[in-house]
This record gives sequence, structure tokens and C-alpha cells, in this order.
Amino acid sequence: MTDDVDQIDRKRRHFLTVATLVTGGAGMAAAAVPFLSSLKPSARAQALGAPVEVAVGSLEPGEMVRVMWRGRLVFVLRRDEEMLSRLSSVTEFLDDPDSQNPEQQPEFAVNEYRSINPEFLVIEGSCTHLGCAPLAEFQVGPADDWHGGFFCPCHGSRFDLSGRVYKSVPAPTNMRVPPYRFIREDVIIIGVETGAA
Amino acid sequence: MARIESEVGIRTNTFMKWVDDRFPFTETLKYHITEYYASKNFNWWYIFGVLSMVVLVIQLLTGIFLTMNYKPAAADAFASVEYIMRDVEWGWLIRYMHSTGASFFFIVVYLHMFRAMLYGSYKKPRELIWLIGMLIFFVLMAEGFAGYLLPWGQMSYWGAQVIISLFGAIPFVGEALVEWIRGDYAISDVTLNRFFAFHVILLPLILVALVFLHIVALHHVGSNNPDGIEIKENKGPDGVPLDGIAFHPYHTTKDLVGIVVFLMIFSGVVFFAPDMGGYFLEHANFEPANTMATPEHIAPVWYYTPYYAILRAVPDKFWGFVLFGMSVVLPVFLPWLDRSRVKSIRYRGWIHKMALSVFVISFLMLGWLGLQPAEGLYVTLARIFSVLYFAFFLLMPYYTTIDKTKPVPERVVFHG
Repeated sequence: MTDDVDQIDRKRRHFLTVATLVTGGAGMAAAAVPFLSSLKPSARAQALGAPVEVAVGSLEPGEMVRVMWRGRLVFVLRRDEEMLSRLSSVTEFLDDPDSQNPEQQPEFAVNEYRSINPEFLVIEGSCTHLGCAPLAEFQVGPADDWHGGFFCPCHGSRFDLSGRVYKSVPAPTNMRVPPYRFIREDVIIIGVETGAA
Repeated sequence: MARIESEVGIRTNTFMKWVDDRFPFTETLKYHITEYYASKNFNWWYIFGVLSMVVLVIQLLTGIFLTMNYKPAAADAFASVEYIMRDVEWGWLIRYMHSTGASFFFIVVYLHMFRAMLYGSYKKPRELIWLIGMLIFFVLMAEGFAGYLLPWGQMSYWGAQVIISLFGAIPFVGEALVEWIRGDYAISDVTLNRFFAFHVILLPLILVALVFLHIVALHHVGSNNPDGIEIKENKGPDGVPLDGIAFHPYHTTKDLVGIVVFLMIFSGVVFFAPDMGGYFLEHANFEPANTMATPEHIAPVWYYTPYYAILRAVPDKFWGFVLFGMSVVLPVFLPWLDRSRVKSIRYRGWIHKMALSVFVISFLMLGWLGLQPAEGLYVTLARIFSVLYFAFFLLMPYYTTIDKTKPVPERVVFHG
């Protein structure tokens, strides 16, 4: 018996063990791909992400509508002259007044109004902290630094009338502007960018 | 008569021998039940392990029956729960048992974990029992979370929105991860469908497997006791620990009394206060999910609120997520953070007793604060208690080393 044990080629055995483990492991990893990928948004979910049209012409100044795009809430707000004039008065309280974070809006919205036409704000109605829908609080005050905007009831994040985030709130970034463009003077399409038209 | 009895006896013995030759039935029964010796000075803190098993069985049983009428689709889920409540015979009872069971699961598990902290049950040689137990706790949290989405009420929807969004705080991969978990660009029918799969198949399967491992590890090492001494170090001539008595019939009989008392309280809640004033079933969840509007006041169910309060206490998304995660995971390290020479609180000094009291107060206060709106004094208090919560764990290696301990007795002691 001891002769047999001595005759075991341990290097060969080690090689075979490692080779089996590596091959089996690679096979398992490959087999895991379809399962893990099946959890990603399906073709149907992607198709439902098609652009949506919103007729903005019928909005009164100061009125806001909520629409769904890709299952996400989008706010479309028609700001009047007075509301637009308030935007520059809150700059000092904001974290990113000039929209420097490129993730949060398409190129065309890098301005004080964060929009194509200053009058119409098109913005995702989702707090950048943990995704609650912020409330529309367009009045000025009672807090000194509050000149109207969006307030998140979940964890108290605050945004101005352009969806720009206040300093020292849980939300790290400005609210996100979705890609959109005007297909007519009074109709926008959300989900398609200006440049791509 | 006597002859017949003995014949039956012989036949039974022959049958058992036939089985035992093929499957270790008698051996397993002895090892885990009739000849498993647990300390004779157990107090009522030791009932909560058994009660967790009772609740697990209640949840599995009622859960199976709920799936027979529940529909995991965004369009039907809310209505199917109402259907169970109104039209299915006894459906309301089965559902209230399940929803009340969820809260009681956490009550008994928290008390079970606190027992381990009182008597140092996590310390050597029981580290693995504690680790497996913590895994059970994590799976239980996931199970509760997945289950909470299923009724598709306002709180289901927005609670899931907030908790899934938490993962978005992870740098670089966060957003993609969130989309992968949801399986859509927002919480939708797809998300509900997969959470149903997690809740009724994946997580319960893991849970039951982990409970099995928890008990295998426990019966290998032996149960701790209120004195925190190893009863196996004092064995009689028959090899049985002098301070141990058999699990069955002694501990099982005593446990039965505890189970009856527990079921009385449980039934009281099921029949008279199934929503427990909004703590067990939140009022906002009696409204179907509305993807357009978040409820004014959003809070998770009570058993998550201590951790949720810590999350909200941090005014930064990323660090909020990190501290939230740490607060959940830190207890895992207790066996190595606790450097005390003794296990049980009975023989520890005042420093440890004070630290443990601070921990209990912080945990309860955070739990309460997590239910309050995140503003003003509440936030300040949440920050103070978060610091105390972390201090309990992080300073433990220090204060357990300098704390004066009392001499531990050879044999177990009875109190009252």
C-alpha cells in the first residue's frame, strides 16, 4: 500500500484539481450571465420608455402638470415673469447654482433657468436623495431663504424653482432635467434631445 | 394483553431497527432532543429562540395560504389583498396573522439577540452561532422588506423607492445597480413580480437553511446560560453535564408554557389591534400605490426605524448610506469587539452595564425618532443617539478590557 501512496503524482493531481476548478468556475460564471441579465429592464420595459408628448400651451402661468415618462414622474411647470425673477435672488443659498454637474441635465439646460425656453421648466419629479416625489411649494417664505420651489417631505431636501438644490440638505445634486425638445411652439416631447432631432 | 403489548413492542423495535439501519433516526432524536443537555438555570430570556421558530412556522403556513389568493401584479395586487380581506373565507385572519407575525418575528428576534448580549452568548466558542444568527437577521430584514412591497399600497411603493434608491449612493455602479434591482426605470410591475419571487421562494429557502445551521452549531457547542459558564466542564460519571437537563421532556415542557403565553398575546393583537395603531400596518398603506405623489409623512415599519433614523441623521447621501450600512452590520463583530474575560452580565463591572444600558436606550430612542418627521430637535436627538450607538460598539474593545469583573462560579447559580 505504501508503494501506491508513494507513486501518487502530486503535481499532476494538483494540476488536475486546479484545472477542474477553473473550468468549472468559468462554466458557472458563464451560466450565471443569463440569469443575472434576465433581471435587467426587459425589451418591453425599454419599449415603454418611449418619448411622450406634452401640450404645454394650455398651461396657465404658474401652473404645473405631472406626466409619466419611462415610469418616472416628470413635472412641467410654466413659470411666470415674477417666478423667473426670483431665481437670481436665491443663488447664494444653492449648492450648484450654475448646473456644473453634467449628469443632472442635458447640455441645453446648463443655464439659470435649466430649460430651453425659460418659461417652461421640465424636470424629473424625483428627489435626488432617495427618489421621493417633492412637493410644489411655490410661495415665498416663511423661511428667509425660501423663494419658492420644491420641498421633499421624506427627508427635507429643498430645491428652487429651477430644481437647483439648496446647501446642507440630504440631496446631493440638482433635480434631473430629462432630455426633451419642442416639436411645436406649444408642444414638447420628453425623451428626445434637441440635438438628436 | 401483556403478550399482545410485548408483540407490538417487538414489532416497533424491529421497525425502528430497520429504519435506524438505513437512516440515523433514533441517533438524531437523541442527539438533538432527548439527550441534548441544556443548562438547568435557564430563565425566561431563553424562550425567544423557541418563539422565533414558532413565528417562522406561523409565517410559512399563513404565507403559503396567502399566495393562493394573492396576485403579484401592479394592476391586481392591491385589489387581491382586499379580496383576501373581504371575500375569502377567514382570509382576514390568515392575512392578519401574517402581518402581525412579521412584527412579532422582529420582537422575538430582537429579544433573542439581546439575550445573547446580556449573557455573552456570542463569545468563544459560540462565534459561529452568532454569525449565522446575524445572517438570519439580515435575511429576515430583506424578507420583511420584500414582503412589504407586495400589498402595493402607498407606503409599499414609496418605502421601496427610498430603500432601493439607497443603493444609488454607491459610487460609479450605484445607478446601474438600482436599475438592475428594479428591473425597470422605476418601481413597477416588474419589481413587484420579482420581489414576490424573493419573498416566497428565495429568501424563505435561505432562511430555513440558515436556521438549520444555527441549531446544528448550537447543539454542537451547547447552549450558554445566564451564568455564562461552560456546563460541559463539569460532567457526572455518566458523561452528562451536572448542570444540564435534557431538552426533552424538561425544557420542552417549560417552553410549552411560554408558547401558550406568547400565542395569547399574539392572538390579542391579531383579533383586537391588527394594525397596532399604525405601527404594524401603516395607515398610508391602506391607499393603493400612487406613482405621482409621495405620502406627506413617510417612515418604514417600526422594526427598521433605528437604522432609518441613523440614515436620516446624516446630511449627506453617500455617508448616510455608509453609516446606515455600518449600523446594521456592526453587531456581527461583537465576538471580537468584546474583550471581557467573563461572558455574563452577572459577573461584569459597572462600565459594561452602563454601556449596555446606553445602547438599549439609544436603540429604542432611534427607533422612536425614525418614526418622527426629520426636522428640528428630532434630527439633533437622532445625531446624539447615533453617536452613542456607534460608541457602544467601537469603544467596546477598550471599556471591556478595563472593566472590573467578578469571580465566576464553578457551577450554575439560581436566582429566585
